[in-house]
Amino acid sequence: MEIDPFIFRLSIFILSIFVGYYVVWSVTPSLHTPLMSVTNAISSVIVVGAIIAALAGSAEKIFETANIFGFLAIILAAINIFGGFLVTQRMLQMYKKKKK
Amino acid sequence: MSANLSAIFYLISGILFILALRGLSSPETSRQGNYFGIAGMIIAITVTFLTVGNFGLGFIYVIIFLLIGGSIGAFIAFRIPMTAMPELVAGFHSLVGLAAVFVAISAFLRPEAFNLGSIGNIKLASLIEMSIGAAVGAITFSGSVIAFLKLQGIMTGAPITFKGQHLLNLIIGISIIILIYLLCTTQVSNYFWFLILISFVVGFLLIIPIGGADMPVVISMLNSYSGWAAAGIGFTLENSALIITGALVGSSGAILSYIMCKGMNRSFFNVILGGWGATDQTVTKSTKEQKPVKSGNADDAAFLMKNASSVIIVPGYGMAVAQAQHALREMVDALKKNGVKVTYAIHPVAGRMPGHMNVLLAEANVPYDEVFELEEINNDFANCDVAYVIGANDVTNPVAKSDPQSPIYGMPVLDVEKSKSVLFVKRSLSPGYAGIDNDLFYRENTLMLFADAKKMTEEILKNLD
Repeated sequence: MEIDPFIFRLSIFILSIFVGYYVVWSVTPSLHTPLMSVTNAISSVIVVGAIIAALAGSAEKIFETANIFGFLAIILAAINIFGGFLVTQRMLQMYKKKKK
Repeated sequence: MSANLSAIFYLISGILFILALRGLSSPETSRQGNYFGIAGMIIAITVTFLTVGNFGLGFIYVIIFLLIGGSIGAFIAFRIPMTAMPELVAGFHSLVGLAAVFVAISAFLRPEAFNLGSIGNIKLASLIEMSIGAAVGAITFSGSVIAFLKLQGIMTGAPITFKGQHLLNLIIGISIIILIYLLCTTQVSNYFWFLILISFVVGFLLIIPIGGADMPVVISMLNSYSGWAAAGIGFTLENSALIITGALVGSSGAILSYIMCKGMNRSFFNVILGGWGATDQTVTKSTKEQKPVKSGNADDAAFLMKNASSVIIVPGYGMAVAQAQHALREMVDALKKNGVKVTYAIHPVAGRMPGHMNVLLAEANVPYDEVFELEEINNDFANCDVAYVIGANDVTNPVAKSDPQSPIYGMPVLDVEKSKSVLFVKRSLSPGYAGIDNDLFYRENTLMLFADAKKMTEEILKNLD
């Protein structure tokens, strides 16, 4: 019997939860704010779906309803990607060790 | 690009995201981690373009929209003051949620573009996945908007409660499940729209009863939701990068919520079901008698600290509100010049989001190896000469250790009262967000400094010279 591909995706999902669990516990508490902003940025990889949605359909009708939702999602995700990574970078630049 | 090849690249970008979080285990590796994250994102986007393979006019529009969003994001990222980080993160969460809703809608309107079947005949599994993605996304969106409004002060930070609130939430929760069931059996699109609509309402109802001081939990929880929404969409799109990221972000937010709840010694459900109730506040009012308080001025404070051999600074949300972090660091520099050993003690729930105080101190050029967490530093208070409490309140309240009647009983607190003397900067004797009188104000060794946190710190600095 063949295994449903869904089961593979579910396996990836559950294993990733475990990976996330151990990785996040090892994050130092002083970096919890950058952790939140960077998770914001990476969860915006949802832009992948937005791009597919925006580009689907025939080449003549670029702005059908389904595409418009894709384009809107692209803007939202892009704000998050750029905003999230840049603000994380800005924060991390500030963390400095004592000058000896 | 073939589906198999692109799947491998998506896996690579998922791994880069894991490394991005891994980098945050120490400040030294964190910047490199962020670059891993950026690389992962670039790979994911590039692979998507190559897989779709449509480089016509639509592609140009996609680039334009990416750049529009990107410039808005970059503008915000450079302009935002560090004190406004909680609002910013809440705002960003709302965008992830809304993006998830939009992608789900688009997939519902045109399932063939995502290989999910055709309109009216969408694969059952995909329909369930996109419903969950859309519902969680919608809850994340409206919940984050409320959190944002509360943090900005546009909406009152006090819990908004009404009779039958929990019952209403329960009914809506059940109707969401029924709607998903109906949608899956009939494929009627109106169920889908209605599902999204009431999910927006749930997010709204879920956050309004939660008070301002519980915001660290709320933000972490919404962080988690945004991850689960992304994972739901990832299942719909059969995209491993999205599934991996969703799981990472979901568990990250859940762990942060757990840490925050533990920092307040409250259960997650206790926080979610509404803030510290009104009953607690009436109790504190009746016990509030006129107790003697010692108050001092900047001169006294400067004298005490100059003659101390060690000082521990306890910052809290009030420091952020007063923007006092830079003045504070200047004061500490002056103390160090006088040979005083200075460290900082941070409570897990100080501020309005996890790690909020650390970022503010880092912004003011405080080296991170002078900043300690509660467990690391709590024993040092007994050997320290002066504790300088600036903008913190409930997290220093000794009542949490002594009075089982107190609503904050059992909450881990900083043992500030054990230091030889306590300088407590505060505008008035009013209780903190928990609505509980702080026993520390009336202690023998406490000197109250009634002033704005920033002004007082600047005054002390002047008196140190």
